[in-house]
Amino acid sequence: MKKSPVIADIKDIADGIYKKILKKKQPELETPLRSLSNVKYDPKSGHFQILKKMKNRTLTVNTIKTFAQTLRMMGLSKDLIEAEDIATKREAYYVSKNWGDARFSEQPDSDAVMDDVEAMLMVNREKMGFIPEEKGGDIAGKLIVVDKDSDTGKTLKIDCTKFGSGAYSIPSSVEELKFETNAKFILAIETAGMFQRLAKHNYWKKANCILISMGGVPSRACRRFIRRLSDEKKLPVYVFTDGDPYGFFSIYRTLKVGSGNAAHINKYFCVPNAKFIGVTPQDIIEYKLPTHPLKDVDLKKIKDVLKNDPFCAHYKEWQKALNQMFKMKVRVEQQAFAAQGLNFVLEKYLPEKLKNPKSWLP
Amino acid sequence: MAKKPIAHSMAEQQRDISISQFFERNRHLLGFDNKRKSLLTTIKEAVDNSLDACEEAEVLPEIIVEVVDMGGDRFRVIVEDNGPGIVKKQIPSIFAKLLYGSKFFKLSQTRGQQGIGISASVLYAQLTTGKPAKITSRISAKDPAHYYELHIDTNTNKPDIVKDDVIKWKKDHGTRIELELEGSYQQGSQSVDQYLKQTAIVNPHVTIIYTNPRAEQFIFARATDVLPAKAKEIKPHPYGVELGVLMRMIKNTEARTVQSFLCTEFSRVGPSTAKEICSHASLLPGTRPANVNRDMADKLMNGISATKIIAPPTDCISAIGEELLEKGIRKEINAEFYCSVSRRPDVYRGNPFVIEAGLAYGGELSGDDSIKVLRYANRVPLLFQQGACSVSKSIIATGWKKYGLTQSRGALPVGPMSLVVHIGSVWVPFTSESKEAVAHYPEIIKEIKLALQDIGRKLATYVRKKHSIQMEGKKRSYLEKYIPHVAAALKELLAYKDSDEEKVREMLENILEHKRGELEEIKVDNPGYDADLAAIGKDEKKVDGAEKGNAAEAKEDVEPADTKEDADPKDDKQTTLGEKK
Repeated sequence: MKKSPVIADIKDIADGIYKKILKKKQPELETPLRSLSNVKYDPKSGHFQILKKMKNRTLTVNTIKTFAQTLRMMGLSKDLIEAEDIATKREAYYVSKNWGDARFSEQPDSDAVMDDVEAMLMVNREKMGFIPEEKGGDIAGKLIVVDKDSDTGKTLKIDCTKFGSGAYSIPSSVEELKFETNAKFILAIETAGMFQRLAKHNYWKKANCILISMGGVPSRACRRFIRRLSDEKKLPVYVFTDGDPYGFFSIYRTLKVGSGNAAHINKYFCVPNAKFIGVTPQDIIEYKLPTHPLKDVDLKKIKDVLKNDPFCAHYKEWQKALNQMFKMKVRVEQQAFAAQGLNFVLEKYLPEKLKNPKSWLP
Repeated sequence: MAKKPIAHSMAEQQRDISISQFFERNRHLLGFDNKRKSLLTTIKEAVDNSLDACEEAEVLPEIIVEVVDMGGDRFRVIVEDNGPGIVKKQIPSIFAKLLYGSKFFKLSQTRGQQGIGISASVLYAQLTTGKPAKITSRISAKDPAHYYELHIDTNTNKPDIVKDDVIKWKKDHGTRIELELEGSYQQGSQSVDQYLKQTAIVNPHVTIIYTNPRAEQFIFARATDVLPAKAKEIKPHPYGVELGVLMRMIKNTEARTVQSFLCTEFSRVGPSTAKEICSHASLLPGTRPANVNRDMADKLMNGISATKIIAPPTDCISAIGEELLEKGIRKEINAEFYCSVSRRPDVYRGNPFVIEAGLAYGGELSGDDSIKVLRYANRVPLLFQQGACSVSKSIIATGWKKYGLTQSRGALPVGPMSLVVHIGSVWVPFTSESKEAVAHYPEIIKEIKLALQDIGRKLATYVRKKHSIQMEGKKRSYLEKYIPHVAAALKELLAYKDSDEEKVREMLENILEHKRGELEEIKVDNPGYDADLAAIGKDEKKVDGAEKGNAAEAKEDVEPADTKEDADPKDDKQTTLGEKK
């Protein structure tokens, strides 16, 4: 059994609590507050950094259940590491069903406690023996992923140009992968629909790039994959989402600088050199795109971002773009380019945008 | 042939209606609507009279009530008291003449008011069984005991003496009435048992020895030797008289002038007030009462209403008192919280009155039903027509939600509560002669509401406290639920032994206890509870259950309730109670 530093940390914390109880003092567990209010944007490192605010769990009505659950979750983590096993987040949730009254009633609760332990130990959950069940995203284009056959240990070279109308799927753990590519850039796309259009027409061949479908907010695996690929092959990352506050500040901002919720691991899971190419509010005007009115939630999100998001606070360009959208009161989807012709997006829009960095947002 | 005017033949049918004949037809007006109620009304009238007589003579009342089932819906009712007795020549009129009595003409806080009750019972007995009323009365050891058998002549409303005898009687003084009447005996909420029990609750100076038709004997022993302050007679207050009454009073007065008439026949009227009334009425104070005609009387009425006269004296009102009221409630109900209030006397239409209210909350009371209401007027329980009574109206008009009960609009509140309301007055304004509901005078309703608000506020404080204790209890058990999980997780994390896990658990419980302080307990703490008493008059099933199980247990837990043996242990109990306070 290899000694893991995580186990040592877990035991330290548990021992601290035990000693406090023996001294008849109220035991406490402090975990970093995982929220946008507890991060700052560090332009140097290019991502959100967690600050010092903590939340405290102890023997009070509001916290005792999570207190017990956090200790239980630490115990589960310790068992997993010692047995060199892994559990998905869903499996961890089911394991909790043996904890009697301390069991979780919904998986989001168990995920949150897992994230807390993660933040407390300042490691990513894979090091604690937990893996997500979500898949990372789809890849098509000029990339060869070097993986291993899990049975034989033999090297596998996966050519992402050879999936035809399908795509290569990013695995949940990307740390061991290697890459071979001569592409010029990575294009990260919000929707599977746009990804398919670009993949089907072999846009990657024409533009000499790697296409990645994020499928909404990118998973940790997807972010880590893009980060590693971009770092190792020195590739610029361009992001193409719907023109709405969700696309800007849930998808793009999370990919680029990380999130408040997982600020403790943003260091590894962000892509600081990503650039936003569209769809910008200005594009709506320039390309005369058909729009939908902003919903109340969108307007609320814009206000919220302008007020609370440290990343937005750092970039005047984004504030301008958001204010512009707020005034226009409309949003636009990636597929809206179809109004100008089905292939307008790959024949006209993307080439034009890629040539004109001034039309991007930071 | 010229037809004789029809009025002549009609005139042949027109004649006096005697009050007795009127009663024959309208007996429901006096509380003889049905057999069950008739039995109760008869006993109630006799007991009320006995209590009034004893209290007036300042004798501690000891009343024997016996109901014997004669078969075929007939009952023999015997009510015997240790009161002052009745002089021989008055006996026939008091028992066998309707609207004959002493209480109608004076204003004082007595149970009886009209002089109609007991003779109505005699008449009812006569109408249903044909049997005479058998009366025994003796006024002192030196005097003989007189025994009468009486009928009422319904044509003339005069006593018809069947038998007039002198007999030997063990009592030195007292009165005994024996009636045989048609009735129906049931237990439950509006029963004889219930009436006697409720009487005992607010009359702690009374001993009642009651034998029901099943030959079960209950002794409601007195809890105090102190008689309530004697009801003082007061003269009417000018604001309370009506024109007709005023004219009758003027006619009957012995005063020589209107001024002295006003001064002598009314309370709160002195010479200067009398002069002021006269001047407002444009009458000379020296006018002879005999010369006052209807118009002048009318003027006098206006003069009274134009003159400011101080309110009548209220010392003629005797209240039960907060302490005795609460004690009575405690005997009957096992609850968590009790409180009571005795308001200061107030006046309606020139009649002084006092409102008292008490409540019991929680404990063994059910919380799903409307609250139970016990109404009393001059210490007499009111068992019927709750809905028509101003007490109910006042309860409904009080907002109980803010005191921690639920209440729908226009309804009695719902919750684990029993409420007692007592109105004492020289003249309780009943809605009917059967004296079942108090009329809706705004002054009375206002006073009842103020009393209810007073105890309601005390209740609210308790309910809030109870709620916070319950919340703390819930929190406590919630916290305790997770302590074993903390201990188990630590055991797993640090790989220590079971004994360590146990130790951690104990330590955590200590830390919790230390941090949150001791938890107060909510429970029934009522040494004054009398399980036997409480069981009386309840629905029969419950009585059986209570006798077999609950009551016996409750007795052991609480204290021996030796009501059946003698009164002494009871007195001890009162002293211990007093010491506690």
